[in-house]
Amino acid sequence: MNNLLWLIPALPLAGFLLLVAAGKHLSSKLVALTGVGSISLSALVTIMIGLNFLSSATDKETYHQTLWTWMDVGGFRPEIALSLDALSLVFVFVITFIGSLIHVYSAGFMAADKDYSRFFACMNLFVFSMLILVLADNLLLMYLGWEGVGLCSYLLIGFWYENPANGYAARKAFVITRIGDTAMALGLFTIYYQFGTLVMSEISANAASVWQPNTPIATVTALLLLAGGMGKSAQLPLQTWLPDAMAGPSPVSALIHAATMVTAGVYLIARMHVLFELSALAQMIVAGVGAVTLLVAGFSALTQYDIKRVLAYSTISQIGYMFLALGVGAWTAAIFHFMIHAFFKALLFLAAGAIIEALGHEHNMFKMGGLKDKMPLVFWTFLIGAASLSALPLISAGFYSKDQILWYAWASEKGSPILWFIAIFGAFITAAYTTRMMILTFWGVTRTEIGHHPGKLMTIPLIILAFFSVVAGFIELPHNFGHFTLFSDLLHRVLPSTVLQADESSEWKFQLLAFLATFGGIYLVFIYYYREPYKIERLRENSSFQSLYRFWHNGWGFDRLFDLVFVNPFVFIAQINKRDIVDRFYDGITSVTEHLYRLLSATQTGSLRWYIMGMVIGAIIILGLQIML
Amino acid sequence: MILVWLIGIFMGGGTAALILGQWNKSIPRWVALATALAGFLLVAIFWTNQYQMINTHPSSVWLVDFKRDWISSFGISFHLSIDGLSLLLLVLTCFLGILAVLCSWKEITERTGFYYFNLLWILAGVSGVFMAMDLFLFYFFWEVMLIPMYFLIGIWGSENRVYAAYKFFIFTQASGLLMFLAILGLYFIHGQNTGMYTFNYFELMETVIPSETGLWLMLGFMVAFAVKLPVFPFHTWLPDAHSEAPTAGSLILAGLLLKTGAYGMLRFVIPLFPAAAEQMALPAMILGVAGIVYGAVLAYSQTDLKRLVAFTSVSHMGFVLMGIFSFNELAFQGVVMQLVTHAISTGALFIMAGMIKERLHTRDMNQMGGLWSRMPKMGAVGLLFAMASLGLPGLGNFIAEFLILLGAFKASVWITTVAALGLVFSAAYSLRIVQKIFWGPQDGYGHIRDFSLREILVMTTLTLSIIGLGLYPQPVIDTAAPAINKLVLLLETDKTQVGKVTKPDTQQYLVKKYQESYVRK
Amino acid sequence: MSSSVSTEIVMLLAALLFVLGITGVIIRKNIIFMLLSVEIMLNASGLAFVAAGSRWGQPDGQVMFIFILAMAAAEVSIGLALILQIYHQHKSLDIDKLREMNG
Repeated sequence: MNNLLWLIPALPLAGFLLLVAAGKHLSSKLVALTGVGSISLSALVTIMIGLNFLSSATDKETYHQTLWTWMDVGGFRPEIALSLDALSLVFVFVITFIGSLIHVYSAGFMAADKDYSRFFACMNLFVFSMLILVLADNLLLMYLGWEGVGLCSYLLIGFWYENPANGYAARKAFVITRIGDTAMALGLFTIYYQFGTLVMSEISANAASVWQPNTPIATVTALLLLAGGMGKSAQLPLQTWLPDAMAGPSPVSALIHAATMVTAGVYLIARMHVLFELSALAQMIVAGVGAVTLLVAGFSALTQYDIKRVLAYSTISQIGYMFLALGVGAWTAAIFHFMIHAFFKALLFLAAGAIIEALGHEHNMFKMGGLKDKMPLVFWTFLIGAASLSALPLISAGFYSKDQILWYAWASEKGSPILWFIAIFGAFITAAYTTRMMILTFWGVTRTEIGHHPGKLMTIPLIILAFFSVVAGFIELPHNFGHFTLFSDLLHRVLPSTVLQADESSEWKFQLLAFLATFGGIYLVFIYYYREPYKIERLRENSSFQSLYRFWHNGWGFDRLFDLVFVNPFVFIAQINKRDIVDRFYDGITSVTEHLYRLLSATQTGSLRWYIMGMVIGAIIILGLQIML
Repeated sequence: MILVWLIGIFMGGGTAALILGQWNKSIPRWVALATALAGFLLVAIFWTNQYQMINTHPSSVWLVDFKRDWISSFGISFHLSIDGLSLLLLVLTCFLGILAVLCSWKEITERTGFYYFNLLWILAGVSGVFMAMDLFLFYFFWEVMLIPMYFLIGIWGSENRVYAAYKFFIFTQASGLLMFLAILGLYFIHGQNTGMYTFNYFELMETVIPSETGLWLMLGFMVAFAVKLPVFPFHTWLPDAHSEAPTAGSLILAGLLLKTGAYGMLRFVIPLFPAAAEQMALPAMILGVAGIVYGAVLAYSQTDLKRLVAFTSVSHMGFVLMGIFSFNELAFQGVVMQLVTHAISTGALFIMAGMIKERLHTRDMNQMGGLWSRMPKMGAVGLLFAMASLGLPGLGNFIAEFLILLGAFKASVWITTVAALGLVFSAAYSLRIVQKIFWGPQDGYGHIRDFSLREILVMTTLTLSIIGLGLYPQPVIDTAAPAINKLVLLLETDKTQVGKVTKPDTQQYLVKKYQESYVRK
Repeated sequence: MSSSVSTEIVMLLAALLFVLGITGVIIRKNIIFMLLSVEIMLNASGLAFVAAGSRWGQPDGQVMFIFILAMAAAEVSIGLALILQIYHQHKSLDIDKLREMNG
């Protein structure tokens, strides 16, 4: 059974190849069937293999499948090999399951698009690359998936390529993530020369014996990997591409830029957790990056007009939580939040997509409003997603995952009150911007009329995702709520458990504070945006508030900073040197030669007597020299 | 004998094309196609036959040898011999030869006989360069490939062709003369040392050269190869030659002529002057990195598609230089991969540029845009090769660049770190190609047709090759392995000899190590 | 062998004649006069050869003079023919007007 593992990535690949080869000739029904079918089959295989794996492989933690040897150069021998353990199983499940739901949704969402088959081809290729990323047994194959998802992200952000702005966003995403990728490649080189292998299980097994804890090389390697993760997962300072990436179709944002690809960094760090544990500094930096990112992105989310940009910043912020969890050593909590986040954020994006399409491609929340009664199904599902995002206590899945992170930020050995405070403040902001988004979109007066309602293909995935956004939280409950630990038991086969420094009995106090933060955020926005909207109007007239608002709205000026420091100098140098300064040197040689030639040819006057004079003078000089010497 | 046949086929085919071209304009291209196919079949069959041998007897580096006296009074012989490295490059030569004929099919309408004569004689020269084991013969073939190329650019190029042809000729010729001086220097030193005046490569390898002289002689060789490769400050002929040459000319320039430079370094510079080459390693690596970054930045700013691709070549060849002077097996294998994959990916981009020019009559990217919707097939292929050029994993170029960087990392961490910048820049220029040509708003073109059957054939072959090399590069690696291992061994031996005392068992140890490196699985 | 005139004197004469010839070639404008001056130079060198030959009692000097004589004859005939042609074409024998071959 397990040996069907290769089918999981192979099915989407087959779908991709079929669509590329014959996409133009297939009817749109067949295209959708290929696209959706390949992923759904893949999900089915995943579930079967997963059940089999869980029931049989309790002692043997990893299932390993070598397909072929990629290359073999003087001892460097990476294989095309897949390996399945609890961690990759969770990721594969999320990718295929949510992937197939999003594909179903896309079949409806993209139905009118002329490039229907290209869309599904790219989506299938993406799922394939993402599966390779999480199933790879060595870092090089993982790098293949890693760059592959980058390519698909690029293709799908720029899916509507005729608009140059989309193309720009796509290139930005690719180039910025490539900066991280390059750092990661350097990390791979270091690892190879330190361990003589790129196979992840071997690295993990040998790390402690090869490296002393907290040696510089361990820190540097961990940081290089972290840089890769920061690029893909849009963490500070490489986060600027993600909000722009919303130029792609909504299902793309849901699948790639919320549920799966952007969490690749989380996967990488969790997968290489052994290396990170060897360097306290690196892990502290991971936590720090996560904490700063979640705040920065949270404030930006609070000030967006575009509903998708709110969600994008919220994604950055939520991944910040995951990084924070990784940084404090709460490995399972990070993965748990990843899974829950994948459910509710995919749901939110898909619902937002439904709204945007219904309103005739209107992204601006200030032009929405009053949709509560007009699109009840979208409203309720969106509400469930939003509740999960703002971690509404007890009934939402997001509460359970985020509460765990908050608790570990305080209680873990590597946690600290500062991290906890940032996290809980982040929770407050999260609740605030989520409520703001809800109120602007669904309450108030109708500002744009609805064009058409989403079809069944689009609503069914919403319902399923909404269901999971509530239920999925119950597989992991805190110890004072029944202490049900299905999820972390599963992951503890791969990931170590968190060392606590605080007493578990005090957890209820922190939960209470988390309640307060969430409700505080909701209440504040409720006052300002719903009950007494004049207050926000009055605030807007304040100029310092305005400039702060604009600053946050533009993502803390990171874009402008990078343009100023990196992009503009690069483009400037490239432009002034367009004709290649080195060639001027050779031109110089040419022109010197040309001048010499002019000079010499001027002596050839054509006058015979001039020549004879020359000869005579020459002869006299030679004779004179002869005599004198 | 097969080696002589190969050259003979190309030269004979070329002459036949020239003669038959007097009667009919379309005969020469059929003759040329048949010739290139025959050459390809010859080496391909030879390769498949030898492949087993290469794997089972890795110690026998030389696969075939052909030697006749030529001008014996000067010690010049007609000596051809190939190892795995040459074989790979010969396969590449014949492969690109076929493509070159196919992509000139419609483009060339004037003086077709003479055109295909030149094309095939270049192939003959290039194959000769990859086979010659007599330095005089090598220099002879080096010139044979130069002159027809000069005509190819000068007669069938675009507007600025004469300038480009001159520039190409002067750069290569001047540097080639320096190499000839170095060859003569080596010849005389060897003659004075041993009393035997010979141009034979294997004899000259044994020459004991005073280290200072050795450095100068090596620089003589190095300049010729550096201009051809091209290495950073000598690269300026390349963009002009590439952009003005006809499509097949660019294809052969990028795919084969540049490779002769790298081949020369691997075949002559390192084996003949190992000590001097090691002295040069650091400056050479720095030049390589300079080329990577400089080429990439310039590529980003170009608006002429072919110039852009030419500068990407400068960047990619920087990797080659860096890899060669990293002196380890990983980097060497990376270099071999880079030679093969760069020929395919850049060749494909040039062919595509030719196809676009045929349709839009311009190379200026500012006048293109939105071509994807008109030509989805070309869009997909163009995207693929843009990705190959930025080194996307799964495509051949990634293997090459990764191995080179991995090898170079061993030699110098900091240089590799700077070189890795090239990966970011390559993303910038490659995506710019896609954006400027295929994405963006459409302009009001007339009717543009997508690929024809012939073009699909050419592009499919290239696509399959680049993906195949990306997922299973082992045939190339295995074929090159004996030659590469010999090179590594040579450098290691040299290092141990430079060290204080050569222990008697060192040699044995090295031989053992050499044999061990073949024990696989 | 006794000689009434010393070799030095004859050489001096030859040099004088040679310089005269050169001067003529340089300052004259008419090609015919330049040709004449060249003839003087040739004869000056011939004289030097004869004098040198008699000084060392060798026949080579006189042999060389006969060579020079033959060459001068040939030169004059060809030179005059060319001059005739030039005059036909340019209607002038002024060397300063015949300077088409400048760089």
